[in-house]
Amino acid sequence: MSPNGKIGADAVLAKGWLGAHKWLLLRRVSQLGILALFLIGPWAGIWIVKGNLAYSLTLDTLPLADPYVLLQSLLAGHVAEKLALVGVAIVIGFYALAGGRAYCAWACPVNMVTDLAASLRRRFGIKGGARFSRATRYWILAMTLVLAAASGAIAWEMLNPVSMLHRGLIFGMGTAWAVILAVFLFDLFVSPDGWCGHLCPVGAFYSLIGKTSLVRVKAAQRSACNDCMDCFVVCPEPQVIKPALKGAGKGIGPVITASNCTNCGRCIDVCSKQVFGFGLRFNNKVADNAPRGETAALGNRP
Amino acid sequence: MAVTSNNQSRRQFLLDMAKTACGVGVFGLGLGLYTRQARALPPTAIRPPGALAEADFQGACIRCGMCVRDCPYNILELARPEDDLATGTPYFVARKIPCEMCEDIPCVKACPTGALDHQLTDINKAKMGLAALVDQETCLNFLGLRCDVCYRVCPAIDKAITLERTHNVRTAKHTMFLPTVHSEYCTGCGKCEKSCVLDVAAIKVFPVQLAKGELGKHYRLGWEEKKKAGESLVAPEIEHQYNLPEGFKYEQGPGLSGEAVAPHAAPAAPSGAPRALHGDKL
Repeated sequence: MSPNGKIGADAVLAKGWLGAHKWLLLRRVSQLGILALFLIGPWAGIWIVKGNLAYSLTLDTLPLADPYVLLQSLLAGHVAEKLALVGVAIVIGFYALAGGRAYCAWACPVNMVTDLAASLRRRFGIKGGARFSRATRYWILAMTLVLAAASGAIAWEMLNPVSMLHRGLIFGMGTAWAVILAVFLFDLFVSPDGWCGHLCPVGAFYSLIGKTSLVRVKAAQRSACNDCMDCFVVCPEPQVIKPALKGAGKGIGPVITASNCTNCGRCIDVCSKQVFGFGLRFNNKVADNAPRGETAALGNRP
Repeated sequence: MAVTSNNQSRRQFLLDMAKTACGVGVFGLGLGLYTRQARALPPTAIRPPGALAEADFQGACIRCGMCVRDCPYNILELARPEDDLATGTPYFVARKIPCEMCEDIPCVKACPTGALDHQLTDINKAKMGLAALVDQETCLNFLGLRCDVCYRVCPAIDKAITLERTHNVRTAKHTMFLPTVHSEYCTGCGKCEKSCVLDVAAIKVFPVQLAKGELGKHYRLGWEEKKKAGESLVAPEIEHQYNLPEGFKYEQGPGLSGEAVAPHAAPAAPSGAPRALHGDKL
């Protein structure tokens, strides 16, 4: 950790505040921008995007549909109209390239809620809490699909916080805020990264879509790592970092291939040694060719 | 030693898996029951035109709100978690704002999944619900007045709602005009309920399954079958014999006919003839 104990302080020293928050800021711009596109219609009467994250129509031409909710609908015994199916194809195509869970980090509105909980947790030093397997989300995903098939209804939509928050903001919140508050308190006091990292089946579904996605975070300069641990502390899925960062000896390449990585780029921001960067999944050779001198120079950069 | 610890960790792994699976399973069961319960649509909530039957609708509607957006009259709303129907699904309350029955049905066109059936192209064939005159004790027309508002505002006037004339026995000199709904033509738009002048509407739109009775599947209507077959399906009907005073005859339809009874004879003979025939006044 940084000398003064503050996570990312070294990175701010090395790269400046903006440089150390670049991807975080871009992500907030993306999250709020997407939300604004949906809200500018009902609020200002400028209809660029209609609908919500389940299905939307942009400029009356571009359909985008959530493949997870339409898969549930299909299992419930209903085949959607063509426009929704086209929307599904576009969304799957996009996230198969950009990293499935980029949805979680760059589009999903719940991310801002859980990020807030995580940052408060760090700030106030709230430790521990219930820990359960990160695979639970896949069990829940499977359960929602079985339930759709068994009940003939899109049952998960009865309490899905993701769609509830997004729909609530656009169409009227009602008591959906209570569900969001529950997620926030759960992450803050009960389980660190509990919702996004362990339970959310939407994230689980998108991580399956992004299994072989092109865009990946890469620990290209991993030999420069000074073991400060800041990346592990800020990462919502820290288990994905270790193989790429520390796996040189075991013959593991520097690309973070684990599909649960949300491509949020926070590790890139917070690293003072510029170990991480966005890249493609190719060139995942074990040999770390970066000469020592170069990494040292990078580390000394003001 | 290594084998034992391997065994132990495998056992632990299987145990953890079983725990997670059971926990998630119980959670799913609860959610499933909750979903089933939410299928009972509250009687005031009317689905948009073309909505599939409620059970199918819940598997088809992805809660995107496109129908809400494309309704030019802002009639539809998406259910909130505290509402009594599946969260996020569209509905309207007839008493608040009824459906305007647009000819091009934009809400149906906007639906990306077909939860609002795209085969519905004629709004007059919509079945959003069914109006029912539920309270004959407060309906002004049933009280013998000429309110008629529900009848007048009905987009399918004289088809979906007709005024059936009947004798007003209270005043004995007026006619009652009873609003009568015909399910064949009623689209369930809710304009009648909205316009009812009472504090609480006497005519209400309900989901069809609530408003409409259903005959047993085996049930046959004798007269329909007779029409189809050209003759009665059971033993031929015996012509009914009427015991009437001399000179009178009774026919189904037109009723009694014949000579008027002589005035002087009337008080003398309470003959068993209908009361209306006693004396000269009806």
